[in-house]
Amino acid sequence: MNRAASRALEPLRWLGTQRSRLREGARGRVVTWSESLPPWARTRRARQSGRWVVRLAVVAFFYALPSMKLPLLNTPQSDFATVLFFPVGIYVLLAMGLNVVVGQAGLLDLGYVAFFAIGAYSMAILGTDIGPQWTFPMILPLAIAIAMVAGVILGTPTLRLRGDYLAIVTLGFGEIVRIVAVNTDSIGGPRGISGIPHPPSIGGIRFGLLDPKPYYWLLLTLIIVAILLLRRLERSRVGRAWTAIREDEDAAALMGVPVFKFKLWAFAIGAGFGGLGGTLYASKVIFINPNTFTVILSILILSAVVLGGSGNLAGVIVGAVVIAYLPERFRNFEEYRVLVFGAALVVMMIFRPQGLIPSRRRAAELETGSAAGGLGALGAEVVGETTAPAPASSRSGGADG
Amino acid sequence: MIGTFGALFATRWMGIAAGPGAIHTGITLVLILLAAAIVAMAASGLTAVLLERIAYRPLRRRGAGRLSALISAIGASLFLQETFALWQGRNLVPFPRLMEKRVLFHVFNAEIRNDQLLVIIAALVMMVVLDRFVRKTRLGRGVRAVAQSSETATLMGVNIDRVVTLTFLLGGLMAGAAGLLWVVYLENTGYNIGFLLGIKAFTAAVMGGIGNLRGALLGGLALGLIENYGAAIWGAEWKDVIAFSLLLIVLMFRPTGLLGESLTAARA
Repeated sequence: MNRAASRALEPLRWLGTQRSRLREGARGRVVTWSESLPPWARTRRARQSGRWVVRLAVVAFFYALPSMKLPLLNTPQSDFATVLFFPVGIYVLLAMGLNVVVGQAGLLDLGYVAFFAIGAYSMAILGTDIGPQWTFPMILPLAIAIAMVAGVILGTPTLRLRGDYLAIVTLGFGEIVRIVAVNTDSIGGPRGISGIPHPPSIGGIRFGLLDPKPYYWLLLTLIIVAILLLRRLERSRVGRAWTAIREDEDAAALMGVPVFKFKLWAFAIGAGFGGLGGTLYASKVIFINPNTFTVILSILILSAVVLGGSGNLAGVIVGAVVIAYLPERFRNFEEYRVLVFGAALVVMMIFRPQGLIPSRRRAAELETGSAAGGLGALGAEVVGETTAPAPASSRSGGADG
Repeated sequence: MIGTFGALFATRWMGIAAGPGAIHTGITLVLILLAAAIVAMAASGLTAVLLERIAYRPLRRRGAGRLSALISAIGASLFLQETFALWQGRNLVPFPRLMEKRVLFHVFNAEIRNDQLLVIIAALVMMVVLDRFVRKTRLGRGVRAVAQSSETATLMGVNIDRVVTLTFLLGGLMAGAAGLLWVVYLENTGYNIGFLLGIKAFTAAVMGGIGNLRGALLGGLALGLIENYGAAIWGAEWKDVIAFSLLLIVLMFRPTGLLGESLTAARA
């Protein structure tokens, strides 16, 4: 028997040996997970392809999600597919972008909604008769570029600031963008812009007003692409530079990391995601006004990042889904939604400050309990037993709001 | 927000309803204001201490980072706001006019009314008292020590929990007093009035240099003045844009704020 044939028969042989193996396991010998696999599945390549099967299944599940009538998952008060696009999908995209800024580079950005607004307004201005009436595929890259430039413009003067200062400046920037939109009559002022074009049809998929599924599929595709990109970025030289900056900016600079440049890149990439989200959102809802882009949205996205596990992509996505989905699911209790949400944030921070799915690196830091200090203190990790409290002025400001 | 509602409830308990009957003069007015101030400050101070206990201390014990504290603060703030929104409704609640408002004197062409004078004097008094407290007393020294380095402070025998509780209490008391002044001057309150105010307070503190009380006063004054002059020039709808642009400009040239100490740079 040649080798190929023998390999092909191996699964069968393996099935035959399973009973005895199971008995062995029951007798108390610890069978590790990889041991429980058949020998042909233990090779690296097999493990990887197995992983891919699971991944493809997950992806397929998410593509099919709006068509499935799941009794518990759905949202009785609003259309499930619509909810999946906004808020869930958009929040996921924004949280992924903000995670680059907050989770990886450790820059506290409280005005992230500004870039979402810039993306949405780019789409609205360039797509309607206010502007040149371009189409969605032309505007999309342009809107992302505009948002990134806005990120660089905001970042250049402010990224020398640290911690609280950066937070308040970005918060101010978010408000400035919103108020400018309210006060500028040529872009609709408080009434906003309507009649934003939908994306053109791709193949048989028509992007219309009534069916939210194509938008969800488009968004999901972009999210998957973004996940792949961000994962590579995280492990690249850039990602390592961000981690270094987050943990200790001064040390990173000493080691030769061009701190300012990478901080700016983090800001620009984060802003690009905001712009992308904004463009998609605007072309789906076809009507935007400045009320959509309040500070609360920035805070919600930041909560999603921290809740899920700052710095960890999977965690951040879960956090965004939770933040976006739960209020929609429990619309019956609309009156108490925000109340419960606020209380939940506090409880969450008390019992699991590292987030639902903390990043592995941070979890390791938590266990060793390294007294990191520096900007690392911005993240969710331990900074010694007694972290310096923020100055009283900021505390009472937040507390009495 | 809680301070303003505290003052409102105090006047209600005293049986003061809106209308001309609510206007008092002389000693009665002073007594009413004092009583309202005590209730407002107590309500707000107590809330602040409770907040520290529930939303901050457990985090500090676990050594959670600053971001967690911020999220927790946001959560607590949402909770409090919504509590009042559900309890008192989402519309502005009127506050009875307690004193007859009249122009006392003129500074150049500006009219100074008695309630405005009250606000200014109260702010100055509170400022001086707080400054004295932080600079001269033992507890104030503790507060400063914890701000510089909480670990060293602990080693030196400072009870960090007590100090932090105290700072929250102080912040709450001040906010409560400010709440009373707010309702006396503006004569209404609502569940969400504190949000923008809190952001502005933080802006003023950052502009003046965090950790510096006199800087905070200067920052507050500068912010208020420039905001209103700017509003006069460009229109009231640009007020917040002016405030935040100003903050951006100040921080670009003086990243530690107007009167910031080098200490802040090391800590931030």
